[in-house]
Amino acid sequence: MSPRPAQPAAQKLADLIQRTPYIRRLGVRMELAGDEMTAVLPYCETLIGDPGLPALHGGVLGAFLELTALAQLFVMTEIEHQPRPIGVTVEYLRSGRPVDTYARAQIKRIGSRVANVYAEAWQDTRAAPITCLHGRFLLTSRTGPSNAGSSPVQTPSTT
Amino acid sequence: MLTILQDMGSYALRASPQAKALGFTLMGLAPGEATVRCPYSPELVGDVETGVVAGGVVTTLLDHTCGHAVLAALDAFRPIATLDLRIDYLRAAEPGCDILAHAQCYKLTRSVAFVRAIAFDRDKDDPVATVQATFMLDSSRSARRKGSTSHAQTIPDGGASA
Repeated sequence: MSPRPAQPAAQKLADLIQRTPYIRRLGVRMELAGDEMTAVLPYCETLIGDPGLPALHGGVLGAFLELTALAQLFVMTEIEHQPRPIGVTVEYLRSGRPVDTYARAQIKRIGSRVANVYAEAWQDTRAAPITCLHGRFLLTSRTGPSNAGSSPVQTPSTT
Repeated sequence: MLTILQDMGSYALRASPQAKALGFTLMGLAPGEATVRCPYSPELVGDVETGVVAGGVVTTLLDHTCGHAVLAALDAFRPIATLDLRIDYLRAAEPGCDILAHAQCYKLTRSVAFVRAIAFDRDKDDPVATVQATFMLDSSRSARRKGSTSHAQTIPDGGASA
Protein backbone atom coordinates (compact mmCIF):
# COMPACT_ATOMS: atom_id res chain seq x y z
CA MET A 1 0.00 0.00 0.00
CA SER A 2 1.60 3.20 -1.07
CA PRO A 3 0.67 6.30 0.87
CA ARG A 4 -1.78 8.62 -0.77
CA PRO A 5 -0.05 11.71 -2.14
CA ALA A 6 -0.91 14.85 -0.18
CA GLN A 7 -1.44 16.83 -3.36
CA PRO A 8 -3.37 15.19 -6.19
CA ALA A 9 -0.99 13.62 -8.67
CA ALA A 10 -2.67 15.35 -11.60
CA GLN A 11 -2.05 18.75 -10.05
CA LYS A 12 1.57 17.95 -9.27
CA LEU A 13 2.09 16.68 -12.81
CA ALA A 14 0.58 19.83 -14.31
CA ASP A 15 2.85 21.94 -12.08
CA LEU A 16 5.92 19.95 -13.11
CA ILE A 17 5.16 20.35 -16.81
CA GLN A 18 4.43 24.04 -16.29
CA ARG A 19 7.76 24.71 -14.64
CA THR A 20 9.86 22.53 -16.97
CA PRO A 21 10.22 24.18 -20.38
CA TYR A 22 12.38 21.29 -21.60
CA ILE A 23 9.47 18.83 -21.23
CA ARG A 24 7.41 21.02 -23.52
CA ARG A 25 10.33 21.56 -25.88
CA LEU A 26 10.75 17.81 -26.37
CA GLY A 27 7.00 17.51 -26.83
CA VAL A 28 6.74 14.94 -24.04
CA ARG A 29 3.25 14.11 -22.72
CA MET A 30 2.63 12.38 -19.44
CA GLU A 31 -0.55 10.45 -18.91
CA LEU A 32 -1.91 9.32 -15.57
CA ALA A 33 -4.02 6.21 -15.20
CA GLY A 34 -4.72 5.80 -11.51
CA ASP A 35 -1.42 5.16 -9.85
CA GLU A 36 0.36 4.49 -13.15
CA MET A 37 2.01 7.07 -15.31
CA THR A 38 3.04 6.64 -18.92
CA ALA A 39 5.22 9.17 -20.69
CA VAL A 40 4.91 9.62 -24.44
CA LEU A 41 7.56 11.07 -26.75
CA PRO A 42 5.73 11.78 -30.01
CA TYR A 43 7.94 11.30 -33.04
CA CYS A 44 9.28 14.48 -34.55
CA GLU A 45 11.97 14.87 -37.22
CA THR A 46 14.11 17.07 -34.96
CA LEU A 47 14.58 14.17 -32.50
CA ILE A 48 16.66 12.24 -35.03
CA GLY A 49 20.33 11.86 -34.23
CA ASP A 50 21.44 9.72 -37.14
CA PRO A 51 19.56 10.53 -40.33
CA GLY A 52 21.23 7.63 -42.16
CA LEU A 53 19.30 4.91 -40.34
CA PRO A 54 17.24 6.97 -39.31
CA ALA A 55 17.44 6.65 -35.52
CA LEU A 56 16.35 8.79 -32.61
CA HIS A 57 19.22 10.62 -30.87
CA GLY A 58 20.55 8.55 -27.97
CA GLY A 59 20.73 11.66 -25.82
CA VAL A 60 17.05 12.39 -26.42
CA LEU A 61 16.09 8.88 -25.28
CA GLY A 62 18.24 9.32 -22.18
CA ALA A 63 16.66 12.71 -21.51
CA PHE A 64 13.15 11.30 -22.03
CA LEU A 65 13.77 8.50 -19.53
CA GLU A 66 15.30 10.90 -17.03
CA LEU A 67 12.20 13.10 -17.24
CA THR A 68 9.98 10.03 -16.84
CA ALA A 69 11.91 8.89 -13.76
CA LEU A 70 11.83 12.40 -12.28
CA ALA A 71 8.10 12.76 -12.90
CA GLN A 72 7.32 9.36 -11.40
CA LEU A 73 9.30 10.28 -8.32
CA PHE A 74 7.87 13.76 -7.90
CA VAL A 75 4.28 13.16 -8.92
CA MET A 76 3.59 9.75 -7.39
CA THR A 77 5.05 10.41 -3.95
CA GLU A 78 4.69 13.02 -1.24
CA ILE A 79 7.97 14.71 -2.14
CA GLU A 80 7.44 18.47 -2.00
CA HIS A 81 10.39 19.74 -3.99
CA GLN A 82 11.52 18.73 -7.45
CA PRO A 83 14.31 16.14 -6.96
CA ARG A 84 17.68 16.82 -8.57
CA PRO A 85 19.51 14.16 -10.57
CA ILE A 86 22.81 13.01 -9.08
CA GLY A 87 23.56 10.62 -11.90
CA VAL A 88 22.06 8.33 -14.49
CA THR A 89 23.14 5.16 -16.23
CA VAL A 90 21.59 4.66 -19.65
CA GLU A 91 21.73 1.45 -21.66
CA TYR A 92 20.81 1.34 -25.32
CA LEU A 93 19.27 -1.98 -26.22
CA ARG A 94 17.77 -1.33 -29.64
CA SER A 95 17.86 1.49 -32.14
CA GLY A 96 15.11 4.09 -31.66
CA ARG A 97 13.08 4.04 -34.84
CA PRO A 98 11.29 7.15 -36.12
CA VAL A 99 7.99 6.42 -34.37
CA ASP A 100 6.39 7.40 -31.05
CA THR A 101 8.19 6.18 -27.93
CA TYR A 102 6.66 5.35 -24.55
CA ALA A 103 8.18 5.06 -21.10
CA ARG A 104 7.32 4.01 -17.60
CA ALA A 105 9.32 4.31 -14.41
CA GLN A 106 9.49 2.34 -11.20
CA ILE A 107 10.72 3.70 -7.90
CA LYS A 108 13.16 1.17 -6.49
CA ARG A 109 13.86 2.90 -3.21
CA ILE A 110 13.22 6.23 -1.53
CA GLY A 111 15.51 7.06 1.35
CA SER A 112 15.62 10.28 3.31
CA ARG A 113 18.07 11.89 0.91
CA VAL A 114 18.36 9.71 -2.19
CA ALA A 115 15.87 7.92 -4.41
CA ASN A 116 16.69 5.22 -6.96
CA VAL A 117 14.40 5.03 -9.97
CA TYR A 118 14.38 2.68 -12.96
CA ALA A 119 12.79 3.65 -16.27
CA GLU A 120 12.31 1.83 -19.55
CA ALA A 121 11.35 3.05 -23.01
CA TRP A 122 9.68 1.02 -25.73
CA GLN A 123 8.08 1.56 -29.12
CA ASP A 124 5.88 -1.20 -30.59
CA THR A 125 6.41 -3.88 -27.99
CA ARG A 126 6.66 -3.20 -24.30
CA ALA A 127 8.51 -6.50 -23.84
CA ALA A 128 11.23 -5.29 -26.23
CA PRO A 129 12.51 -2.09 -24.59
CA ILE A 130 14.79 0.12 -26.65
CA THR A 131 16.48 2.00 -23.80
CA CYS A 132 16.62 1.71 -20.02
CA LEU A 133 17.85 4.04 -17.32
CA HIS A 134 18.86 3.79 -13.69
CA GLY A 135 18.61 7.21 -12.06
CA ARG A 136 19.82 8.48 -8.72
CA PHE A 137 18.06 11.57 -7.43
CA LEU A 138 18.77 13.88 -4.52
CA LEU A 139 15.69 14.69 -2.49
CA THR A 140 16.16 18.34 -1.69
CA SER A 141 14.69 20.16 1.24
CA ARG A 142 15.27 23.68 0.10
CA THR A 143 15.57 26.19 2.88
CA GLY A 144 12.90 28.83 2.81
CA PRO A 145 9.71 28.92 0.84
CA SER A 146 9.93 27.97 -2.79
CA ASN A 147 8.25 31.20 -3.82
CA ALA A 148 11.37 33.22 -3.03
CA GLY A 149 11.53 34.15 -6.67
CA SER A 150 13.86 37.09 -6.21
CA SER A 151 16.94 35.04 -5.46
CA PRO A 152 18.18 34.06 -8.90
CA VAL A 153 19.53 30.65 -8.15
CA GLN A 154 21.34 28.64 -5.59
CA THR A 155 24.34 27.24 -7.35
CA PRO A 156 27.07 26.92 -4.79
CA SER A 157 30.22 25.69 -6.46
CA THR A 158 31.02 23.99 -3.22
CA THR A 159 28.57 22.94 -0.58
CA MET B 1 44.14 14.71 -42.00
CA LEU B 2 42.63 17.11 -39.51
CA THR B 3 40.83 18.97 -42.28
CA ILE B 4 39.14 15.74 -43.29
CA LEU B 5 38.18 15.19 -39.68
CA GLN B 6 36.82 18.69 -39.37
CA ASP B 7 34.82 18.37 -42.57
CA MET B 8 33.45 15.08 -41.35
CA GLY B 9 32.67 16.48 -37.91
CA SER B 10 30.89 19.55 -39.10
CA TYR B 11 29.02 17.44 -41.62
CA ALA B 12 27.91 15.05 -38.90
CA LEU B 13 26.75 17.97 -36.75
CA ARG B 14 24.84 19.57 -39.59
CA ALA B 15 23.35 16.25 -40.55
CA SER B 16 21.96 15.50 -37.09
CA PRO B 17 18.55 17.16 -36.79
CA GLN B 18 18.63 17.03 -32.99
CA ALA B 19 22.07 18.66 -32.82
CA LYS B 20 20.80 21.31 -35.19
CA ALA B 21 17.64 21.83 -33.14
CA LEU B 22 19.68 22.43 -30.00
CA GLY B 23 22.12 24.71 -31.86
CA PHE B 24 25.20 22.59 -31.22
CA THR B 25 28.40 23.90 -32.77
CA LEU B 26 31.63 22.00 -33.20
CA MET B 27 34.37 23.92 -31.43
CA GLY B 28 37.28 21.60 -31.92
CA LEU B 29 38.26 18.25 -33.33
CA ALA B 30 41.50 16.30 -33.02
CA PRO B 31 42.28 12.60 -33.42
CA GLY B 32 40.07 10.89 -30.84
CA GLU B 33 38.87 14.17 -29.34
CA ALA B 34 35.96 16.54 -29.86
CA THR B 35 34.57 19.71 -28.28
CA VAL B 36 30.97 20.81 -28.85
CA ARG B 37 29.10 23.87 -27.57
CA CYS B 38 25.43 23.97 -26.61
CA PRO B 39 24.06 27.53 -26.48
CA TYR B 40 21.91 28.50 -23.50
CA SER B 41 18.21 28.76 -24.23
CA PRO B 42 15.29 29.32 -21.84
CA GLU B 43 13.51 26.48 -23.67
CA LEU B 44 16.05 24.00 -22.36
CA VAL B 45 15.55 24.82 -18.71
CA GLY B 46 14.63 22.01 -16.32
CA ASP B 47 13.14 24.18 -13.57
CA VAL B 48 12.00 27.75 -14.19
CA GLU B 49 12.52 28.52 -10.54
CA THR B 50 16.29 28.11 -10.88
CA GLY B 51 16.82 28.70 -14.61
CA VAL B 52 19.16 25.72 -14.70
CA VAL B 53 19.35 23.76 -17.97
CA ALA B 54 17.73 20.29 -17.74
CA GLY B 55 19.99 17.33 -17.11
CA GLY B 56 18.66 15.72 -20.27
CA VAL B 57 20.16 18.47 -22.41
CA VAL B 58 23.56 17.78 -20.87
CA THR B 59 22.97 14.07 -21.59
CA THR B 60 22.34 14.82 -25.25
CA LEU B 61 25.37 17.12 -25.49
CA LEU B 62 27.64 14.54 -23.85
CA ASP B 63 26.35 11.66 -25.99
CA HIS B 64 26.80 13.73 -29.11
CA THR B 65 30.30 14.89 -28.24
CA CYS B 66 31.37 11.36 -27.30
CA GLY B 67 30.10 10.10 -30.65
CA HIS B 68 32.21 12.72 -32.41
CA ALA B 69 35.30 11.75 -30.45
CA VAL B 70 34.77 8.14 -31.59
CA LEU B 71 34.36 9.19 -35.23
CA ALA B 72 37.48 11.31 -34.88
CA ALA B 73 39.39 8.26 -33.62
CA LEU B 74 38.50 6.14 -36.68
CA ASP B 75 40.51 5.98 -39.88
CA ALA B 76 37.40 5.97 -42.02
CA PHE B 77 33.74 6.57 -41.35
CA ARG B 78 31.93 3.65 -39.74
CA PRO B 79 28.41 3.76 -38.32
CA ILE B 80 28.43 3.89 -34.53
CA ALA B 81 25.79 3.55 -31.82
CA THR B 82 25.84 4.37 -28.13
CA LEU B 83 25.89 1.23 -25.99
CA ASP B 84 25.79 2.92 -22.60
CA LEU B 85 26.34 6.19 -20.78
CA ARG B 86 27.05 6.68 -17.11
CA ILE B 87 26.63 10.33 -16.21
CA ASP B 88 27.35 12.14 -12.96
CA TYR B 89 25.78 15.57 -12.53
CA LEU B 90 28.37 17.31 -10.38
CA ARG B 91 26.65 20.67 -10.03
CA ALA B 92 23.95 22.80 -11.59
CA ALA B 93 25.00 24.62 -14.75
CA GLU B 94 25.01 28.40 -14.43
CA PRO B 95 21.80 29.91 -15.78
CA GLY B 96 22.44 31.90 -18.94
CA CYS B 97 25.75 30.19 -19.71
CA ASP B 98 26.49 28.06 -22.76
CA ILE B 99 27.61 24.55 -21.93
CA LEU B 100 30.62 22.96 -23.60
CA ALA B 101 31.56 19.33 -23.71
CA HIS B 102 34.96 17.84 -24.36
CA ALA B 103 35.23 14.12 -25.10
CA GLN B 104 38.16 11.78 -25.50
CA CYS B 105 38.03 8.33 -27.05
CA TYR B 106 40.81 6.63 -25.12
CA LYS B 107 40.45 3.05 -26.29
CA LEU B 108 39.33 1.50 -29.52
CA THR B 109 38.89 -2.23 -30.03
CA ARG B 110 37.59 -3.99 -33.13
CA SER B 111 33.98 -3.46 -32.16
CA VAL B 112 33.84 -1.19 -29.10
CA ALA B 113 35.00 2.37 -28.42
CA PHE B 114 35.53 3.64 -24.88
CA VAL B 115 35.03 7.34 -24.26
CA ARG B 116 35.00 9.80 -21.40
CA ALA B 117 33.85 13.39 -21.44
CA ILE B 118 33.17 16.41 -19.29
CA ALA B 119 30.63 19.18 -19.60
CA PHE B 120 31.48 22.62 -18.24
CA ASP B 121 30.30 26.21 -18.48
CA ARG B 122 32.97 28.70 -17.36
CA ASP B 123 35.87 26.62 -16.16
CA LYS B 124 37.04 23.30 -17.52
CA ASP B 125 38.37 22.44 -14.06
CA ASP B 126 34.95 22.89 -12.47
CA PRO B 127 32.78 20.60 -14.61
CA VAL B 128 28.99 20.47 -14.58
CA ALA B 129 28.93 16.77 -15.45
CA THR B 130 31.19 13.88 -16.34
CA VAL B 131 30.38 10.81 -18.42
CA GLN B 132 31.87 7.43 -19.14
CA ALA B 133 30.49 5.87 -22.33
CA THR B 134 30.90 2.96 -24.71
CA PHE B 135 29.94 2.84 -28.38
CA MET B 136 29.50 -0.06 -30.75
CA LEU B 137 31.33 0.26 -34.05
CA ASP B 138 29.69 -0.78 -37.33
CA SER B 139 26.40 -0.59 -35.54
CA SER B 140 24.08 -0.85 -38.50
CA ARG B 141 23.34 -4.41 -39.47
CA SER B 142 24.13 -3.92 -43.12
CA ALA B 143 27.59 -2.86 -42.07
CA ARG B 144 28.26 -6.32 -40.72
CA ARG B 145 26.37 -8.56 -43.06
CA LYS B 146 24.38 -8.12 -46.17
CA GLY B 147 20.73 -8.88 -46.50
CA SER B 148 17.63 -7.54 -44.83
CA THR B 149 16.65 -8.33 -41.27
CA SER B 150 13.33 -8.45 -39.52
CA HIS B 151 13.98 -5.27 -37.55
CA ALA B 152 15.32 -3.15 -40.36
CA GLN B 153 12.56 -0.89 -41.59
CA THR B 154 14.77 1.00 -43.93
CA ILE B 155 18.06 -0.22 -45.22
CA PRO B 156 20.72 1.97 -43.68
CA ASP B 157 22.84 3.85 -46.15
CA GLY B 158 25.83 3.73 -43.84
CA GLY B 159 29.41 3.84 -44.96
CA ALA B 160 29.99 0.11 -44.84
CA SER B 161 29.65 -0.45 -48.56
CA ALA B 162 32.11 2.31 -49.36
